[in-house]
Amino acid sequence: MSASAVVGRREFLKTGAAAGGGLLVSWYLPVSGAGASAAETGVNQVALNAFVRIGTDDSVTVISSHSEMGQGVYTSLPMLLNEELEVEWSRIRVEAAPVDKVYNHPVFGMQMTGGSTTSPAEWERYRKMGALARTMLVAAAAQKWNVDAASCSVEKGVVLHRATGKRATYGSLANAAAQLTPPPEVKLKDAKSFTLIGKPTRRLDTPSKTNGSAQFGLDVSLPGMLTAVVARPPVFGGKVVKFDASEALKVPGVKAVEQVESGVAVIAERFWPAKLGRDKLVVEWDLGPNAEISTEQMLRDFAEQAKSLGAIAKKTGDAESALKTAAKTITAEYDVPYLAHAMMEPLNCVVDLRADSCEIWTGTQFETVDRANAAQVAGLPPEKVQIHTTLLGGGFGRRANPASDFVREAVHVAKVAKAPVKVVWTREDDLKGGWYRPMWHDRFAAGLDANGDPVAWTHTIVGQSITQGTLFEGFMIKNGVDGTSVEGAADILYSIPNLQVDLHSPKNGVPVQWWRSVGHSHTGFSVEAFLDEVAHAGGKDPYELRRKLLANQPRMLGVLELAAQKANWGSKLPPGVGRGIAGHFSFDSYVAQVVEASVAKDGDVRVHRVVCAVDCGTVINPDTVKAQMEGGIIFGLTAALKTEITLKNGRVEQSNFHDYPMLRIFESPKIEVYIVPSEANPTGVGEPGVPPVAPALTNAIFAATGKRIRRLPIRISDLAENAGAKS
Amino acid sequence: MTNFYVNGKAVEVNVDPSTPLLWVLRESLGLTGTKFGCGMALCGACTVHLDGKAIRSCVAPLSRAEGKHVTTIEGLSNDLSHPLQKAWIEVDVPQCGYCQSGQIMSAAVLLKENPKPTDRDIDEAMGGNICRCGTYSRIRRAIHRAAELSTAGRPR
Repeated sequence: MSASAVVGRREFLKTGAAAGGGLLVSWYLPVSGAGASAAETGVNQVALNAFVRIGTDDSVTVISSHSEMGQGVYTSLPMLLNEELEVEWSRIRVEAAPVDKVYNHPVFGMQMTGGSTTSPAEWERYRKMGALARTMLVAAAAQKWNVDAASCSVEKGVVLHRATGKRATYGSLANAAAQLTPPPEVKLKDAKSFTLIGKPTRRLDTPSKTNGSAQFGLDVSLPGMLTAVVARPPVFGGKVVKFDASEALKVPGVKAVEQVESGVAVIAERFWPAKLGRDKLVVEWDLGPNAEISTEQMLRDFAEQAKSLGAIAKKTGDAESALKTAAKTITAEYDVPYLAHAMMEPLNCVVDLRADSCEIWTGTQFETVDRANAAQVAGLPPEKVQIHTTLLGGGFGRRANPASDFVREAVHVAKVAKAPVKVVWTREDDLKGGWYRPMWHDRFAAGLDANGDPVAWTHTIVGQSITQGTLFEGFMIKNGVDGTSVEGAADILYSIPNLQVDLHSPKNGVPVQWWRSVGHSHTGFSVEAFLDEVAHAGGKDPYELRRKLLANQPRMLGVLELAAQKANWGSKLPPGVGRGIAGHFSFDSYVAQVVEASVAKDGDVRVHRVVCAVDCGTVINPDTVKAQMEGGIIFGLTAALKTEITLKNGRVEQSNFHDYPMLRIFESPKIEVYIVPSEANPTGVGEPGVPPVAPALTNAIFAATGKRIRRLPIRISDLAENAGAKS
Repeated sequence: MTNFYVNGKAVEVNVDPSTPLLWVLRESLGLTGTKFGCGMALCGACTVHLDGKAIRSCVAPLSRAEGKHVTTIEGLSNDLSHPLQKAWIEVDVPQCGYCQSGQIMSAAVLLKENPKPTDRDIDEAMGGNICRCGTYSRIRRAIHRAAELSTAGRPR
């Protein structure tokens, strides 16, 4: 989800979480959260609040209210908490929170992970929970020793009273501490005293991810569990007319074939018979209203629609008049396709549905929404539904589905399976399953003055709204403009006196959703590529023009200059290699990237090096920031060079990694990441690395070849020697 | 009935012998460290060793394992002591972690055959393993590090 599009989010962070003690934090214990593993381990785990348990063996369990999908929150949240709790890092374990309102996202008011918001939103709460726990442990020690709590100190999980030489471990104090009332207020350390925040810290989940013990949703197994695959309509919105299960039921291991809301479920003892059964299933579909749609037609329709003015998203000055009086004008159109998230772990969900309860195991980013949807399907009140959030084998937004598609379906299957059931999506199911990053068309015009500086800029955006018709519609869509469609375009940081951004939100039957960096994934590309065109049209160096237009944006200027300096902008490159630069502000973070790339005679693009500078405020774990930039760059390069989802006759044309290819190790460039030191509050890290890389690459290709790329993914045919310069 | 060895132990499995080895490991033997990613030998998440060679278990029928030795990520070491595991932890390679079993199993065969691989050797040997999180530069670093650790631990 795009956080920056949520009206007032930044205001909230300023006045709420960041104001130092102003935020109301619940600390009560959810019934299901306390002492969960005591019975198994024989160790008493004492909950001091909803976010931390102290074991009598001095172990510490931090409860994560956010899902771990690779972005590192199972390490950064414990770091925040332990900055105040102060135990040895090796003592800390992390556990996924059950669904409970105490674990709601402090900004969004529901339990979820997304929008690159975990660290910004939890910056105060997790530290406060650590401080509350420590204060109670100290109070318990002081009471026991009959001394003033203020005369005690803590060190590595031990409370000390120096005057008497007394000492007690947290584990030995946990039971007594739990009897105390938490103090109404605690004082947090100031940044100068941090010992953990800002230090490169080993991830807590890495060992389990190197020996096969990490448990993802697909790894969950329950006694008596069946496995199902679902035959879904070949066209979005299609419905089952009838089906013939006779051959499917002959496959040994297939137990049942049943119609469900989303299609026909083949339920078997294990995955393979379920899959073989589905291969033999014959379904007659009513294809519904989307049987004719094609992305080729959409491309034409979008381009046509862009010729008229849409809903105004931003208007400064009078761009249309200024275009008429400009010394020079340029126009360009950009296109990007539908994209699938393609997490390595295909979607899956385990459901154990009983008469009066429903337990779900899945890797989700959207617990509150999923629980509500599951409850509705199960016919149970939400509090009778519990979700066990497993590790996510990638999320990128797909596992935050506003309709809870993969969870709802699994509950439907559980209703007919009459046993615990795991619904498994194959890679084909996952890629063809919709909820894509929308396809976008961007139409630009810029007016330059006699000096070659831009004085007018118009940007018309055409693409589906991802929030229309969801529960987010109310606060995302204002005056006909979905904030997630125009983020990164309506709020560009460049000072251009006359600016107009407008939006068309055509509807069609393709389900669309947030995809890592959301609206920025297209505006980052189109805006930064078109700005490069403006620079060249005005006879200016693209880096110098950006610097000039960012004179009043010190943090953006900071990352731009750092990236340029580290990449040695302006220095000579080997023949055939071009250098491109782009910067983008998203999720309240500033990122600039310089790409060095070359193009072979046959049009094959080689990316040699990416230099990245990021300013994301206070850094919690520098190694995670670097990892997220590295990953964001590869994710963005895959979109730039490789992938598109196309539809013909209503059918998705791609099915697996042969026709929806990912960037591979031999194609991945050398990446350098530089972090700008900052004492500002933490801002997003998971997504902001993605937007600048595609434009930095196409700008580098322009520098190398004189060919301007205006549609993604980059096609070899657009760059082969005989393709001709298109500038 | 198919008889073979998994991580050194003899196993007997009563499953249709055309079933991909991946699903036998995961569902019949409970070894879920080996992952399902594509089902078409395109992503490498299911990589295991069959008599010491890296194979994509999602397309290898169970019958192929008859009488042979299969090693999965769980069998690489029982205490995270394999140089690749040490290096993976030191470099903090994984993000979501889903592909990493396959990455490590591919890297293990590479190091066995080529104890001192260059970046190019690594790129060639690891080209069949996709990482959607984009940990490729760390995978390179960690393989070099594991090569160092292996050499250091070897009697001269």
